[in-house]
This record gives sequence, structure tokens and C-alpha cells, in this order.
Amino acid sequence: MSAAVSVESGFFDCRDSFASTIEALAAADERIVTVVSDSVGSSKLNGFRSKFPERMVNVGIAEQTLVAVGAGLANGGKVPFVSAASCFITGRALEQVKADIVYTNVNVKLIGQSSGVAYGELGPTHHSIEDMAWLRLLNNLTLIVPADPWQTEHAIRAAAAIDGPVFVRVSRMPVPALEHAGAFEVGKAEVLFEGDDAAIIANGTMVHRALAAAKSLAGEGIRARVVNMATVNPLDEAAILSAARTGAIVTVEEHSVRGGLGGAVAEVVTAHDPVPMRIMGFPGFLPTGSAEWLMEHFGLTAAAIADAVRQTISRKR
Amino acid sequence: MSSAPVHAPASNDVIATIRDKALWIRRRSFQMVYEAQLGHPGGDFSAADILATLFFGVLRYDPERPDDPGRDRFVMSKGHCTGAFYSVLAAAGFFSESELSTYMQPLSRLNGHPNRNYLAGVETNTGPLGHGLPVATGIAIAGQIDAAGFRTFVLTGDGELQEGSNWEAALTAGHRRLENLTLIIDRNRLQQGARTEETASLDPLDDKWRAFGWQVEVVDGHDHAQLLEVLSASPRGRGRPLCVIANTFKGKGVSFMHDNVAWHHGVPNKEQYEQAMAELV
Ligand SMILES: Cc1ncc(C[n+]2csc(CCOP(=O)(O)OP(=O)(O)O)c2C)c(N)n1
Ligand SMILES: [Mg+2]
Repeated sequence: MSAAVSVESGFFDCRDSFASTIEALAAADERIVTVVSDSVGSSKLNGFRSKFPERMVNVGIAEQTLVAVGAGLANGGKVPFVSAASCFITGRALEQVKADIVYTNVNVKLIGQSSGVAYGELGPTHHSIEDMAWLRLLNNLTLIVPADPWQTEHAIRAAAAIDGPVFVRVSRMPVPALEHAGAFEVGKAEVLFEGDDAAIIANGTMVHRALAAAKSLAGEGIRARVVNMATVNPLDEAAILSAARTGAIVTVEEHSVRGGLGGAVAEVVTAHDPVPMRIMGFPGFLPTGSAEWLMEHFGLTAAAIADAVRQTISRKR
Repeated sequence: MSSAPVHAPASNDVIATIRDKALWIRRRSFQMVYEAQLGHPGGDFSAADILATLFFGVLRYDPERPDDPGRDRFVMSKGHCTGAFYSVLAAAGFFSESELSTYMQPLSRLNGHPNRNYLAGVETNTGPLGHGLPVATGIAIAGQIDAAGFRTFVLTGDGELQEGSNWEAALTAGHRRLENLTLIIDRNRLQQGARTEETASLDPLDDKWRAFGWQVEVVDGHDHAQLLEVLSASPRGRGRPLCVIANTFKGKGVSFMHDNVAWHHGVPNKEQYEQAMAELV
């Protein structure tokens, strides 16, 4: 496991893990190149640039070209890791992602940096809380939302190993290192806390908050399972159906409540035996505020998650 | 009408007002950035003289009637430079100066990027680069269809011009001979991480715009008289859109920020803040 830089003692910026992993992978595989759009620093790729200057392509502030150049590099035999702020690599270049990468089905890795509300005060143009909904529609795009530095490293390694398009959503919000159940596997959720009274299905920066909620509920005698659903496509349906058997599901994501992880889980649940669900996330365009403030304000906290679990359990049939 | 009429000769009074306002914008925006510990002060400073010239020498507007269909339009395409933009809007009377101290605070109307649903004087929401010129082109086409008298101005960064959307709009505006449209490029030669010419070079920039059917004027973007002259000249009969390449410096006005890419979104500590304020006089 590569060392990530500590943000605040015990907390990590997953971009550091991305950066050290891509440098290690590039040292072993010379086909790997990075593609950026004036996003070297924000992708933490300064180290990569000094080690492999000729293997970084900076197209300037031009995200549509960024993604399309990635497709062309793959055609030329490279394994491009295309990295830019998640809001722009998805929203701005969505048709290139759809047509050039996913529909054409090329071996390109898209890295959506500083996803969710990490840009806080910079507002809805810079928040990336629609990306999962947009990308989930592109059915052969593998979608991974790692929860901590270890999972980020393994998501990047898995992306490199897959021969096809992959999107990895990398956060810069400080997260603690989690205790994982076993090896990371694409398409496989992991249960981080056992429980049969309810299930909390979370990913990314929300996983540690979900764990804190489950631990506080355990003190009241409520056992809520915590499922880390790092892969959003392909979805681990077995883990979702097992969660449904607890009779109550709460999903939590640093994303809009529309069309993201919650929507994906609901699609599976409603196709089988529906159970009461609560989808936690952001309502839409958000007001001014820091990332932490927005999470507090919109109830993406351990306390609010615990409340949602209690309420959803009370709706059990 | 709160500002000098368009086509007014460059009187010494107007130039003096612009100079005072430009200094005030630099000082006030830097205080905002210091207090918020967020912002884009380098680009605020490169644009300060352009904004002061527009709002206190060129644009016709009435802050009491921000929706007046006859108003001149200003689109802040480099929407990350809200320190300078909000300062000039407050100075022009669109909202109170005291509100500037809420910059980026929870629930503030002064978001990191401008939102027209919060603030008068903002024509369109910006933040993602490469949107202002296409929107301004649409505004100018509306004016062309109606043979309306208003002019449309848009300020972009230079790194921003790497976005292809600008060149699509450049074709449309050139094709339609939008003489009521003026683009001002804040040519500070720096983008977020490096020099434009070391990233995706833009030069020869003037030839590019000419080739797209635009008239081009190159000015010193910190010289108020030059800016005022090209921006207030009547567009009638020009038969083409106007591109003003304003040569500027990122961080202009403060020695340690001058032409320094670290100040793209660098924010000052107390010592730097005090030194900058001592220099901005
Ligand atoms: C579409 C898009 N991509 C990336 C960014 C991130 N970004 C903000 S400012 C900036 C650099 C802008 O450089 P320039 O246009 O030269 O502006 P200035 O030097 O005047 O600040 C970048 C890349 C953005 N806001 N929008
Ligand atoms: Mg610039």
C-alpha cells in the first residue's frame, strides 16, 4: 500500500493515493500516460510530470478535447488516465465520454477529481453531484467510488487491469483509513459492519460517516449493517438483495438524491421485494457554503444518518 | 443612468474616477479574499482596470433598473474572479458595499462564482470557462434582430480561450457581423498552473481573431485612457465584432504577486495581506 499524505492527523486526501499509485503503475507499464487540462496540480500529478514528462499530455483548458484525445491515445496503443475536476470531465465532456470512450468502447480511464461538494464555496458549477447519474446511464462504463486511500489505490490498480472504459471518482475531502474486510474486487460490495435490523448502503466519503452512525445505533441496541458499495457499475445486486432482507435500507452518497447510488439501489430493490428506503444526498443546486457546512446543512452527518435509520426502521412492514 | 454616456470624450475627471475605482477594487477584493481565505486574487488584479473602465466610463446601466431592456450588457466570463467583479458591482450600486464582507460565507449571495438569481448586474451564471462569449453572442444577436441600441461586452481570461466553445462563437459572431459585440481578453499570459504559451499556446492571438472576421485592438490593459478609447468608440459602421486584447499582468499592483502563477488562487496570510495593502495606495 502506498503512503498517502495525512491531511489532518488520521485523515487522508485520496488524490495523494491516486498520484502515488499512478506513478507506480507507470514505472511498470510504459503504455500508461496521463492526460490533463490545466489540471496538473489539482490532480496532484506534479510528481508524475517530473518523473515522466514525455508521458503527460496537457491539452490546456479544453475538457472535450481532453477526453477525445484520451480516446485517440488508446487507439494508438496507450493506456491513458485522463484526469480533471469531476464536474468538467463529466458535464463538459459528456458527449465525448459517451461517444468516444464508452460507445466506442476504448481502454481509457477517466479520473473525476475533487468530486461531490469538495469545491464548497465555489458553488454548483464546480460541485459534481450529478456525475454518477449521468455516467450510470452509460452501461458499459465501470464506475468506482472509493471510500479511502487504500480503496483508491486498489480502484486505480483495478482500472489499469481492466481492458475497457473505467471512471474512478476521487475525492479530496479528508477521510480516515477504514478497516477493510478483504481484497478489493470490482463489482463486489463489502460489509464493514454487521447488522440485520437495517442496512446502510454508502460509498465514497459517506462510508465513514455511515460507520459512525452504525456504531452509535449499536449503543441503542439497533444493529445496522454498513455496506460499502464502491462499485456503482456493475452493481452488486446480491449485496443489495441481502440488505433488503433486513427490511429497511438507507443509502448515503455525496451526490444528488436523484439518479445516483440511491437510485441504483432502488432500481434493484423495486424489481424484487420492495422495502422502505431512504435516499440521503443533496437536493439539487446548493447555496453558498464550505463542503463541511453543506454536509452538515443537508444532513450528511453520522447523527442524521442514524436518525434516518431509526425512521426507516419504523416504516418496516 | 449612473455612468458616463457612451461616446463621451475621455475627460480627465472620468479617468481620475476610473483610477480611484480600480484601486478601490483591488483593495476591497483583496480584503474579501483575505477574510474568506479563498478566491482568485491574481486574476482579480489583472482585470481590475478593465472592470473599472467598463463600469465607470463605458457601460450604460441603471442599478435601480437592472432589467432595463436597453441596458448595455456585461458578461463576466472569467467567473472565478468574483473578488473584482462583486467589488465593481457594489461600487456601481447594484448592492451595498457592506454585503461584500459576506463573500463565500454560508448562505451568502456572494458565491465563489456569480449567480444572476442572487445578484442584479449579473447577466448569466459563469464559472465553467468558455461560456461567456457564446452567451454574449446570443445577447448581441437579440440586439441585432431588434436593431436595439445596447452594446454587449464580455470579459474572458486568456487560458479560457483554449475552450473550443469560444471559437464556435467567434465563427457565429464573425459570420453575423455583430458590431454590437465586444470581447475583452484579459491577456495576462498565465492560466491556472502555468503560462499559456507553455500549455497550449495562443499566439499570434490577434491574427486568430482577424481570421475569424473580427476587428482587433491591442491595448495596455492597465492603461485607463487606452481602454476607455477603444471601448467607448462607437461600433456603428464597424461591420464586425470587436476583440480587445488587453495586455495585463496577473497580480498587477502588488510586487510579490506580479506575474506570479502562484497567485492564481493563492490567498494571503496576515503579513502578505498587510504588505499588499501598504503597496495598494
Ligand atoms: C471549464 C473549466 N475548466 C476548468 C476550470 C478551472 N479553472 C478555473 S480558473 C482556470 C484558469 C483560467 O485561466 P485564465 O482564463 O487565463 O484566467 P485568469 O488568468 O484571468 O485568471 C481554470 C483552469 C474552470 N473554471 N472551468
Ligand atoms: Mg490568464
